[in-house]
Amino acid sequence: MTELFDALENFSFMRYALFVGILSSFTFGVVGTFIVTRRISYIAAAISHSILGGIGASIYFNRVYGLEWLTPMLGAIAAALISAGVIGWVTLKFKEREDTIIAAIWTCGMTAGLLFIHYAPGQAVNLESYIFGDILLTSWSDVIATVILAVLVLGLVGLFYHKLVAVCFDEEFTSLRGVSSKLYYFLLLGIVGICMVLLVRVAGIVLSIALIVLPAATASRFANRLWSIMILAVILSVIYNIGGLAFSFQMSVPTGFFIVVTAGVVYALSFCFKRRKN
Amino acid sequence: MPPALKEPLPACETIVECSNLSFRYGKTWVLEDVSFSVPKGESLCVIGPNGGGKSTLLKLLLGLEEAERGSLKILGKSPEKARSKIGYVPQAMRFDPLFPITALDIVLMGRLDRLRIGGFSKNCKAIALEALAEVEMADTAKRAFADLSGGQRQRVMIARALACEPELLLLDEPTANIDLSIEEQFIETLQKLRKKMTIMMVTHDLDLVSLLGDSVLCVNRRIHRHSLPLSGDTIREIYSGGRRIEHDQRARHNHGDHSACDHD
Repeated sequence: MTELFDALENFSFMRYALFVGILSSFTFGVVGTFIVTRRISYIAAAISHSILGGIGASIYFNRVYGLEWLTPMLGAIAAALISAGVIGWVTLKFKEREDTIIAAIWTCGMTAGLLFIHYAPGQAVNLESYIFGDILLTSWSDVIATVILAVLVLGLVGLFYHKLVAVCFDEEFTSLRGVSSKLYYFLLLGIVGICMVLLVRVAGIVLSIALIVLPAATASRFANRLWSIMILAVILSVIYNIGGLAFSFQMSVPTGFFIVVTAGVVYALSFCFKRRKN
Repeated sequence: MPPALKEPLPACETIVECSNLSFRYGKTWVLEDVSFSVPKGESLCVIGPNGGGKSTLLKLLLGLEEAERGSLKILGKSPEKARSKIGYVPQAMRFDPLFPITALDIVLMGRLDRLRIGGFSKNCKAIALEALAEVEMADTAKRAFADLSGGQRQRVMIARALACEPELLLLDEPTANIDLSIEEQFIETLQKLRKKMTIMMVTHDLDLVSLLGDSVLCVNRRIHRHSLPLSGDTIREIYSGGRRIEHDQRARHNHGDHSACDHD
């Protein structure tokens, strides 16, 4: 542990990683609770995989056309929001089977990303850092982007909390009260999309779904109100992130793997206890 | 106490006015030239065979579907514009029983509106608590929805509809999935509400019809209005499919009511 404190004192990348990990935990805990209770984990997984399409496209266009403003983070946000919008629109408008669209977005997004990266000129892209994540690569610009996105997500949830809860519980009744359930469903998917972008830096495309779902799923076994699940999920996320950072630094293993394995073990252990009832 | 719950309503105005209403899904007409009216304070039960158009009529009343022909007015307005004055009680069985929410949180949904940002006011909470008290569920306000029995959940749904301060209460099969031991208590709640507001109730439960209805609307593509009590022949005529009537007759027989039984 002393080594971790020394590292935090001496290396700015460690401080950035810790700050991003803690701040993101608030977003993961809050949004993860909506994902688990609304049962849209598979949508979140599809969005996270489609993000690679945005990252690949941004790298390709940046290098080919010299669009320096087009950063991988911007590409990831665009891909996440487009995927969320398409899944929501096709599901609501055409009553298409949700699972089919999710599979299409999932695979097409990821394949497009791999193709763009393959044809992008210049030095090879560190694909592993996007797929499995590496919080230790967090830069100052990542910190700024994380702060902006976290404030945006938490602000939207704070403002529209009751409407989002109502849409998750009973879309039909929400519409009958004059509240557009479609609009708030899109808002929820958009928030999930932004959250998945934040997760890619911490845990990568493949592991991100575990980090957003597992803390909330564990918390839901011990709390029975949405806000209490959120608080517990945030606490668990913070513990996983700090613990993951400390142990991975100590034992020289990738942070994302350690965080996800810990979250998985705790979730499995939660089944040893009875689900909380009033 | 919510204004709509304060005083019994005088039965004078027309709440629902439906004339020559027709609706179809694709090429199939579900409702054809349907006309009826519901005066203020009436308790009207809607019955009919499966696929007869009961649910479609409910959707039209809620403004969730648009009629092909004819007109439908609720409180003199289109259903969409009158929504804020309609309290809707869906079947409780369609909700996720593990959703982490309390009874009070659900009832507060009745106070949602398009422009609301942030939390609910003290007034909204007071109205929600009064609505819960009205259905004798005040002591369960802080309990999780998942921990309530079928009858309690259904009463929470009624409280949510009452929190809208409705002039018309629409119920969709309110006794479905409620066991007999709880049903009696639940019916008492509905009988109390019947004296205070206009009620339209879609149901298959003929006992409920005889206990709560002022009159009966039989929907099977077209509509026939019947006064109560319903005779065995009328029931046979309504449920021409056969299976449903056997089920209901058996249920009534088991309750000691032999009016709808075959005696030959």
